[in-house]
Amino acid sequence: MSETRTEGVRHFAHHFKSAFHEFDACKVGMWLFLLQEVLFFAPLFVGYAVYRALYPEAWHEASHLLDWKLGALNTVVLICSSFTMAMGVHAAQTGRKNKIVLNLGLTILLACCFLVVKYFEYSHKVHVGLLPAGMFTYEGLQHAKSPLFFSLYFMMTGLHGLHVLIGIAVLGWIWSRARRGDFGPDYYTPVELTGLYWHFVDLVWIYLFPLLYLVG
Amino acid sequence: METAFAQMLPPVASDVAGNWDTLFLFLVGVSVVFFVIVVGSMLWFLIKYREKEPGQKVGNIVHNDKLEFLWITIPTILVMIIFAWGWIVYKRMVDAPESAYDIKVIGKQWLWQFQYDNGKTTIGELIVPEKIPVRLIMTSDDVIHSFFLPDFRIKNDVVPGMYTKVWFQANEQGEHTIFCAEYCGNAHSKMMGTVKVVSLSEWETFQKGKGAPKERPASLVEWGQQLYTDKGCFACHSVDGVKGIGPSFKGIWGKQEEMSDGSHILVDENYVRESIEYPGTTKDKLVKGFPPVMPTFKGLIAEEELNALIAFIKNLKE
Amino acid sequence: MSHDAPAHGSHDNYLTHKRGLWSWLYTLDHKRIGLLYLFTILSAFLVGGIAALMVRTELWKPGKVFLDPDGFNQAFTYHGSIMVFMVILPLIPSALGNLILPMQVGAKDVAFPKLNLLSYYVFLFGVILAVATLFTSGIDTGWTFYAPYSIRTSTATIMVVTGAFFMGFAAILTALNFITTVHKLRAPGLTFGRLPLFVWCIYATNIIQMLATPVIALTLMLLVFERLMGIGIFDAKLGGDPVLFQHFFWFYSHPAVYIMILPAMGIINEVIPVFSRKNVFSYWGMAGAVFGIAVVSFIVWGHHMFVSGQSETANFVFSLLTMFVAVPTGIKIFNWVATMYQGSIRLTTPMLYAMAFIFVFLVGGLTGVFLATVSINVHLTDTYFVVAHFHYTMVGGAIMAFMAGLHYWFPKFSGRMYAEFPAKISWFLIFLGFNVTFFPQFILGMQGMPRRYYSYPERFTNLNQISTVGSYLIALGFVLALFYLIYGLLWGKKAPDNPWGAETLEWKTSSPPPHENFIREPVVTHGPYEYQI
Repeated sequence: MSETRTEGVRHFAHHFKSAFHEFDACKVGMWLFLLQEVLFFAPLFVGYAVYRALYPEAWHEASHLLDWKLGALNTVVLICSSFTMAMGVHAAQTGRKNKIVLNLGLTILLACCFLVVKYFEYSHKVHVGLLPAGMFTYEGLQHAKSPLFFSLYFMMTGLHGLHVLIGIAVLGWIWSRARRGDFGPDYYTPVELTGLYWHFVDLVWIYLFPLLYLVG
Repeated sequence: METAFAQMLPPVASDVAGNWDTLFLFLVGVSVVFFVIVVGSMLWFLIKYREKEPGQKVGNIVHNDKLEFLWITIPTILVMIIFAWGWIVYKRMVDAPESAYDIKVIGKQWLWQFQYDNGKTTIGELIVPEKIPVRLIMTSDDVIHSFFLPDFRIKNDVVPGMYTKVWFQANEQGEHTIFCAEYCGNAHSKMMGTVKVVSLSEWETFQKGKGAPKERPASLVEWGQQLYTDKGCFACHSVDGVKGIGPSFKGIWGKQEEMSDGSHILVDENYVRESIEYPGTTKDKLVKGFPPVMPTFKGLIAEEELNALIAFIKNLKE
Repeated sequence: MSHDAPAHGSHDNYLTHKRGLWSWLYTLDHKRIGLLYLFTILSAFLVGGIAALMVRTELWKPGKVFLDPDGFNQAFTYHGSIMVFMVILPLIPSALGNLILPMQVGAKDVAFPKLNLLSYYVFLFGVILAVATLFTSGIDTGWTFYAPYSIRTSTATIMVVTGAFFMGFAAILTALNFITTVHKLRAPGLTFGRLPLFVWCIYATNIIQMLATPVIALTLMLLVFERLMGIGIFDAKLGGDPVLFQHFFWFYSHPAVYIMILPAMGIINEVIPVFSRKNVFSYWGMAGAVFGIAVVSFIVWGHHMFVSGQSETANFVFSLLTMFVAVPTGIKIFNWVATMYQGSIRLTTPMLYAMAFIFVFLVGGLTGVFLATVSINVHLTDTYFVVAHFHYTMVGGAIMAFMAGLHYWFPKFSGRMYAEFPAKISWFLIFLGFNVTFFPQFILGMQGMPRRYYSYPERFTNLNQISTVGSYLIALGFVLALFYLIYGLLWGKKAPDNPWGAETLEWKTSSPPPHENFIREPVVTHGPYEYQI
C-alpha cells in the first residue's frame, strides 16, 4: 500500500468560527440524529415486546422457522463491516488516502454481502408463504398469532435493510470523495459521521438477531 | 346557581350520576375562583399600571420566594384532592356488583345489538330493569365504537377483538338515549339507540320470553315503520328520497335497479329479503353507487318482521 | 406574499440582498426560509379555515344543510389534519423559530443552513402530498387515523399519512438544527442564564420533537403497510390490537400538544415583559416550568384513553401524572400576571393578544383538570367538551400567541409597521368570536353531544347556532388581519430598528436585518429583560 498522504480540504461554512467549530457542531447534530433513530425503531421493539409477552408460545414456534445460521452469518458480516468502517475513519484522521478508499470499499462490499444473504432469506419465506399476517399462507404453524411474528419480522428487518441501503449510498458518495483526496487530518467530518451512522445500523442488527432468530 | 348548572347537565338517571355531578360542580367552583383571581388581577394591573408617560418608574421585582412557594403548593394540594375524589367516583363507576345482570352488546356499523340470557336479541333498544345492577359486556364487529349513555354518565369504547364492560343501575323507569361516541364512519351520528328501563314485572315477562315489551301496531305497514326505526334501518336508508349510505326506500319498490356490475334486478319481495339477510357483498347484488357496508340481519329478524318491513317498503312506492 | 418583497431603503438587507424568485427558492438564509414556512403555513391555514367554516355551517341545524355525511366527515378530517400537522405544529417553531431564534442567540445563521432548506422542502412535499388528496377520494378518518377504521376506509389514507410522515421528518431535522444552533452558535457572553425565554421554550420544544416525532413517523408507516399488505399489528381481524395504535399515536400526539403550546408560551414570555417595561418575574421559574412540562408530557399520554379499554391501573397512573401538568402550567400563568405588577403597561396589539392568550389558555388549562380527572373524563371524553377544551388550548393558546408574535416581530422581518387601529379591531373580532364559538361547546359536551357528529338531536340546536355565528366572527377577524398585514407589508410606515424598546438581540440589528443578521458580532453583557439599566 503506497503512502499517499492527504491533508483534506480546509474549508468551513461562513457562520462558524473555525473548522473545528464546524466539526464539533456536526458531531452534535449527528448524535441528535442517531437519538431520534433510536426512537424511530422503538415502536417496533415495543410492539415486539407486547406481542411476545402476550403470546410467548407463538413466538417460540415462529422463530424456529428462521434460519439462525444465516442470521449469524449476517451478524459476522456486519461486525466486520463495522471494523473496516472504524479503520476507514482512523485512516482519514491520519490522512492515508489509499487506506481510506480501501476500507470504505470493503465496508460497502460487506454491506452488499449482508443484503444478498437477506435476499435469499426473504425469497425463501415468500416462497413458502411465511409472510405478514394478511398474506400469510404457510400451514405448518399451530398458534393463531404466529403470523404476527412474521409481520414484525418483515417490518423490523425491512426497516433495518432500508437503513443498510441508505448506508451503502452514503458510503458510495464518501468513497468517491475519498478517491478525490477530500479527506485528511484537517477535514474528515463526513467520514466520521458516516462511521457513527454505520455503527448504529450495526448495533440495531445486534439487537435484532437474538430477538428474532434466537428467541425460540 | 346550582340549579342553573344542573340544567346544563343531562338528567340524573343512575346513582353514580349524582356523585359525578357533585364532583363536577366542585371542579367548576374551583375553576371559577382561579379564573377570577388570575383574570381579575390581570385587569387590575392593566388599569393601575397602564403607561401614563414613557419611561415612568417601574418596580424591580424578579422573584418572591414566599409567593412562588404558595402558588406551587396550593395547586399541588388541590389537584391531589381532585385526583383522589375523581378516583373514588371512578371506582364506583367501574366496579360492578357481583350480582349484576349481564347483557352482551355488539356494536357494528351502524347499529347496537343486545343479546340477553334468554336468547333474545334486540337491535337499537336495550331493555333493562329498574333498580337492579346491569353489566354490559361489549365488543365490536368492525371498527371501534363507543357506548355512551349521558344520562348515566357512563361511556366505554367498544373494540373489535376484545371485550370491554360498563355497568349501571337505573333509578327509575324511562327512556334514555345511547350515542356512539367514537367516530365510526358515515352514519356515526345516526348510530343511536335507546335504553328502556322497565318495571320488575315487565322485566320478568320479557325474561320469560313472553310478549314483546312494545305494543305491536295493528297494521303491517305501521309495524314495519316501527321496525324501520327500532332496527336502525333509518341510519342508512331514508324514506324521503335523499341518498344516504344506502339507497332510499322511497319509490324503490318494483323498480329495475342497476347493480354495481351493470346488471339489473327487480326490487321485489325476494330481493328485499335477500338484501336484509345476506346484504349485497357481490357486485351483482349491490346497487350501483353504494359501498358494501350493510351488516347482516340473518337470525335477527323474524319471518313476521320481514313481512312487515316488506309491507312498509312496498307502501313507500310513489 | 413573501415572493415579491419590496425594496426597503438604500441599505442592504436580507430581503434585497439577492433578487428574483430563484434566490428565494434556493435561499440558505434562515430568515428567508422562515418566510417560506410562514407563507406555506398560512396558505394551509386558509384551507383548514375554510374546512372549519364548512363544518360549522353544516352544523347549523340537524340533518343536511349543504353537505352529505361523507362530505362532512371529510371536512372535519381536513380541518383537523391540516390545522394540526400543517399549521399549529410547525407554525411557531418552524416559521417564527427560523425567523427569530438564530438572531436571538446572536448567530449568523442556523448550524446547518442546507439541512434547514431541505427540511422546508420535505415539509412542503408532505403538505402537497396530503392536500393533493382533495382532488382524489379525499380522507375521512379524522386527524387521529384510528385503526381499524383507517385500515378499512376506502379513502386516500395512504397519501395523507405519508404526507404527515414527511412533515414529521421535516420537524425532526429542524429540531436537530435548532438544538445544535443553541448549543454551538451563541454570541459571546450569551450564557444559558441570559437566553431569552423564547429560546428556552423553542429548545424544550425541539427536544420533544426529536424524541416524540420518530414514534408517530414509524406508526404512520406501519399504518401504510397495514393497508398495503395487512401486517395486522393494529388489526383485530388479523390478530393485532387496535388499542396499541392508540398508545403509539398518543405517545407522540400528547407531547405534540406541548410542541404546539411551549413555543406559544415562549412568545408570551417575550411580549409581556417588553410591554410592561419590566424584568420577567422568576426567570428560572419560567425556564424550569417549561422543562417540567416537557418531561411530564412524555408520561401522560394514556389520559386520552381512559375509556379505550386500557387497564384500571393505567388509568390510575395516567390520571395522577396528568394532574402534575397543572402545577408548572400554573406557575407560568402566575408569573406572567406577576410580571405586569408595578410595570408600565403599553396596550399594543401584541400585548392585547398576550392578554387574550392568558384568558383563553387559563380556561383551556382549567378544563384540562376536568378531563384529567378520570371519572369526569368518562362522561366528557369524545364529546364537544373535549373539542372546546383543545380549541381553547390549541387555537386560544397557539394561535393567539402566534398572532402576538407575528405583530411583535412584524417590524423586524418586514421593516415596516402594521396599522394599530385595524389590528385592534381584528383582535377584538377574533377574541370575541373565539369565545362565542367555543364556550357553548363546553355546555354541549356536558349535555352529552358527541364530537364528529354530522347531525344531532333537536335539543342541541341553539348552542350549535351560537357556535356557528362565532366561527364567522373569527373568520371576519382573520380576513381583516390579512388585509391590514399585507397593506403594512407593502405600504406601511418604515419601522425603526427597535420600535418596542426591547433588549433581546434580534432588536440590536437593523429592521429588516442584513444578510448575516449582524454587521458586527454582538456581545451580551446582561439578561434579556433588564429594561431599567
